[in-house]
Amino acid sequence: MAYPVLSTVIFLPVVGALILLLMGRRQELAIKWFSLIFTVLTFVVSLPLFLNFDKTRSDMQFVEVFEWIPAWNIKYYLGVDGISVLFVLLSALLGPLCVLISWHSIKDKIKEFYIALLLIEAAMIGVFSALDFFLFYVFWEAMLIPMYLIIGVWGGPRRIYSAIKFFLYTLAGSVLMLVGIIVLYFNGGHTFDILSLMSQKFPYKLQLILFWAFFAAFAVKVPMWPVHTWLPDAHTEAPTAGSVILAGILIKMGAYGFLRFSLPLFPDATKAMAPVMLTLSIIAIIYGGLICLVQSDLKRLIAYSSVSHMGFVTLGIFALNQQGLEGGILQMINHGIVTGALFLLVGVIYDRSHSREISHYGGVATVLPVYAGFFMVFTLASIGLPGLNGFIGEFLIILGGFKASRLAGALAATGIIIGAAYMLWLYQRVFFEEVNPHIKGYKDMDLREIITLAPLVVLVVWIGVYPNTFLSFMHESVKQLVIKLQ
Amino acid sequence: MRYYALIPFLPLLGFLINIIFGRGLLKHRAHWISVPVVGLSMVLGLMTVREVISGNVINEDLYSWVISGDFKVSVGFLIDQLTAVMLVVVTVVSFLVHVYSIGYMHGDPGFYRFFAYLNLFTFSMLMLIMSNNFLQLYFGWEAVGLCSYLLIGYWYQKKSASDAGKKAFIVNRFGDFGFGLGVILIFLTFGTLHYAPVFGSVSSIAGKTVVLFGYEIDLITLIALLLFCGAIGKSAQIPLHVWLPDAMEGPTPVSALIHAATMVTAGVFMVARCNPIFNLSEIALTVVAVTGAVTALFAATIGLVQNDIKRIIAYSTISQLGYMFLACGVGAYGAGIFHLYTHAFFKALLFLGAGSVMHAMAGELDIWKMGGLKNKMRITYVTMLLASLSISGIPGFAGFFSKDEILYQTYLKGDLGKVLWLMGTVTALLTAFYSFRIISVAFHGRFRGSHPEEHHLHESPPVMTIPLVLLAIGAVAAGWVGIPPLIGEAIGLHGAWFYEFLSPVVGHPSEEGSHSVELMVMTLSIIAGIAGIILAFYLYRGDAERAKALLKRPFLKKIHTVLWNKYYVDEFYHLIVVRPALWTARTVIEAVTDIGIIEAIVNGVPKTIGRFSERLRAIQTGLVNHYAIFMVGAMFFILAFILMVK
Amino acid sequence: MIELRWYIWLSLIVFTIGMLGFLTRRNLIIIFMSVELMLNAVNINLVAMSHYMQDMRGQMLTLFVIAVAAAEAAIGLAILIALFRTKAAGHVDEVTELRG
Repeated sequence: MAYPVLSTVIFLPVVGALILLLMGRRQELAIKWFSLIFTVLTFVVSLPLFLNFDKTRSDMQFVEVFEWIPAWNIKYYLGVDGISVLFVLLSALLGPLCVLISWHSIKDKIKEFYIALLLIEAAMIGVFSALDFFLFYVFWEAMLIPMYLIIGVWGGPRRIYSAIKFFLYTLAGSVLMLVGIIVLYFNGGHTFDILSLMSQKFPYKLQLILFWAFFAAFAVKVPMWPVHTWLPDAHTEAPTAGSVILAGILIKMGAYGFLRFSLPLFPDATKAMAPVMLTLSIIAIIYGGLICLVQSDLKRLIAYSSVSHMGFVTLGIFALNQQGLEGGILQMINHGIVTGALFLLVGVIYDRSHSREISHYGGVATVLPVYAGFFMVFTLASIGLPGLNGFIGEFLIILGGFKASRLAGALAATGIIIGAAYMLWLYQRVFFEEVNPHIKGYKDMDLREIITLAPLVVLVVWIGVYPNTFLSFMHESVKQLVIKLQ
Repeated sequence: MRYYALIPFLPLLGFLINIIFGRGLLKHRAHWISVPVVGLSMVLGLMTVREVISGNVINEDLYSWVISGDFKVSVGFLIDQLTAVMLVVVTVVSFLVHVYSIGYMHGDPGFYRFFAYLNLFTFSMLMLIMSNNFLQLYFGWEAVGLCSYLLIGYWYQKKSASDAGKKAFIVNRFGDFGFGLGVILIFLTFGTLHYAPVFGSVSSIAGKTVVLFGYEIDLITLIALLLFCGAIGKSAQIPLHVWLPDAMEGPTPVSALIHAATMVTAGVFMVARCNPIFNLSEIALTVVAVTGAVTALFAATIGLVQNDIKRIIAYSTISQLGYMFLACGVGAYGAGIFHLYTHAFFKALLFLGAGSVMHAMAGELDIWKMGGLKNKMRITYVTMLLASLSISGIPGFAGFFSKDEILYQTYLKGDLGKVLWLMGTVTALLTAFYSFRIISVAFHGRFRGSHPEEHHLHESPPVMTIPLVLLAIGAVAAGWVGIPPLIGEAIGLHGAWFYEFLSPVVGHPSEEGSHSVELMVMTLSIIAGIAGIILAFYLYRGDAERAKALLKRPFLKKIHTVLWNKYYVDEFYHLIVVRPALWTARTVIEAVTDIGIIEAIVNGVPKTIGRFSERLRAIQTGLVNHYAIFMVGAMFFILAFILMVK
Repeated sequence: MIELRWYIWLSLIVFTIGMLGFLTRRNLIIIFMSVELMLNAVNINLVAMSHYMQDMRGQMLTLFVIAVAAAEAAIGLAILIALFRTKAAGHVDEVTELRG
């Protein structure tokens, strides 16, 4: 058997967390450096996934199978295909950035924070590479606990409320999925093996019920309208690293779930329900965009913009054609990068001002020009400026949406007008005009902060200028998925 | 890869160097990088143009940009006659504006930033005009919009400037909404976005219809109109013209380059580029022509009464762009592009001249605070005068030839054409009037400012005046490549060379007229121009007592108020777009739906459960005896149940 | 040979005594003893049945019950002593800390 890349990527952070447990809580600097080294190492060991991935194949690669609980036919089964591999890489990339951005902003219970961060990274990567439903569910729920703690312990003033809301909201959805998994187990020949379940065809009625059961879990995570209200609270109250993980990876799991499970397992139900999903997506795009116009809290605004952007993602997915799906996947990556970066940037200024109110700022471009430049890049990427990554995703999605339904495509395109309006207005209020006396004397970004954001700038431009590097990963897998849906 | 690929990428390199090293290393030396790269790309551009003139059309892909299923688009270059004309305009004007900016922006704290943005703009504009497909066109389209946003809001500390930049971007997004959908519809119709195959097979879809919201619509008309939406936004035509006057908040070189000579003409370029599509739809062409003519007249009337020198020129730009669309709409794409080309010189010159005046007057914009400048600023005065004569359509100047051709072609276009022609001719009169109103008020008469201000007046340095002179040469002579055959015959020159050159791309206008009609149209437009000039000098002589006397009349005063307030379009949009959007967002979406309904349910479920538990806890007395009794009772109950079931 | 039903009767009587004591007494120690009685009543039942059905599982279970009972008594007495020390309480109705 070949060298187990995926297991290494998953368990390296766990090992790191265990070693951190043994370290003294006074050795703060050592803890930080240790976490940084381990997350960087995790990213490095994940690189073979990028370099050695065979783009001509549509099946699972880097597969690892072991018996786990034979009595119930549960396996430890890992593998990635063109749909999931990029998410594993993105998770591994965001790890070190989260450590770096928390360097000075987390002052309390440092050791526990980094343990939670490492565990969350392991669970995230596990979710994207698990091919056994049981294992998947374990990782899926394992994510919740460290995230709950990160929001609840290191969060803002309303952290308790937000953490509980986040936890219960997502758990309520997940439970229905668990029921769905068990139903699948009994109807699919007593197996949790996702691939073997995918090769079966379930009766339409069952598909429909299971589609909605899984929908409950995924829609909450995405979050789709109208189950999005946990997101603004969680994003707003979480510490910077928490927001980055939430926006960058966690909410991608919902959309990933649709792609990995709902579409291939319940193709008939998906096709039947696609109009409903498209409608919800359109509502999310416009609703999320408009509500951004009236937010007065920086993080809350970006959180609602996530609702709008994820509306694009689900629109692309449920357009059920090649462009829509590839656009959707790419847009998930894009959103992870861009919104992740925006939260990192908000964290940078929050470390200086400890305020999330937009009215607290003004004229930041004068005081922190480098910071303003970085923020501009991601603002533009967020509003889909061609040449940056957001455009490629949005364009493919609108193209796919237009193919599926002209009305959906046209309505989704209004989202780009609203997007420009709220992001540029935000930028104007924070960065332009007279310098607000509050922010006088703030230091511009230091080397650590620039290093944190530079890789994301590179990715934003890379995907915008040469998206084929990333699109080529998906072609074969998405093609298979589209065939299955026909 | 041949050298022409360097044309856009050299300015991009300049941008990258400036944005990375500008703040630390280059600072006030930013132009050391920026100006040479643009100069070099101008030289390369002109070399390429020479090749095109000798008959080489370049159409080559650089690399594949986006591939997804059957969707494949490359980054590539198409350099044909149309692109060649644009290349001349963009590289030459851009280079001159870069040089001018060295003097104009001297000492500005954001010097490096300014040059970085200008470089980025040049890159974007070149990508736009050199593109060989719609997606790259869209890229350039949005990227020039970004540069426009950045440069309008260049002095971002001023609220009005940052407002204007934002407004420009968002208003343009409304147009791009349609444009983007048009591009998508083109792909879905033709299966490709590259010009050559699309234009090659366009005739095969003539007459096809598409059902949209229950209506059957001609496909090609729909595509053409959606594309035109983009042009309306970018070229500031009614109803999306509102951003351009505000864009004057940007530094003046920016107004000259972006908001007069190049970016705003992208819409005209695009319509001309897509002429195979537009030609197949009578409706779309009519819409283009009417929009153009109405905008031309509408903007000119507003320009009559403004006092801000840059705003007058901005409305003039909107008006002249209207002419270009009018030309495209009547099928005379050659004339439209010709006007674009001559307009670039005289309008850039007008702006740079205005900039020179502002430079001398510490940024003053109100023409009523100027006066008598002609003695202090000779070069500026003479060049401005030449530009004004050119825009007024005085024979021999560049503007005359292009405007005349447009009016002539419009006149030939049936009954509607006659109406549009009349509007165009009236606009010509108004154009001459407002142009010479500036000359008369600002440059003639006596100086109206304070003594120290008068003392401060000076001619701008050579780095600014040389570009003025060079542009003035263009404003006078650029039109001689497109002399109408009528005059050409008379003076023994080969006429209409420009139209012949462009004809492989845009074809010839469909209508043939006679010399007598052409002569009549020409005479009328010359009369209109001269009348406008005389009227302006007559009314605004000295301290403009005659004009002020006219405004005392109630009727004229009312009209003046409406024009002064720009027909209240901004207020109208605020009322029907901005306020409803904010109201919907704040009340309907946030307060009612999000908090009132969704959050109420989300928080309501746990609250209900909590209330239920509140009741249940009464059972929990804490007394062991009670628990014991419950246990025993439950045990008997279960036992009884089992026995009963059995 | 004693018949099975005598064992069951004995078990029932012991259980009833235990239950009544459990329900009616307030003294914690007596309650404990009552619980022990009930457990032992069950044990009697189990052993008798085991013997009657010739199945060792009943006796095995009895051993479990005895073990659990011992553990329970240990913990229970410990709680009792703790209560006695902190509150000087020997009667159950004096302890209502778990009131909801």
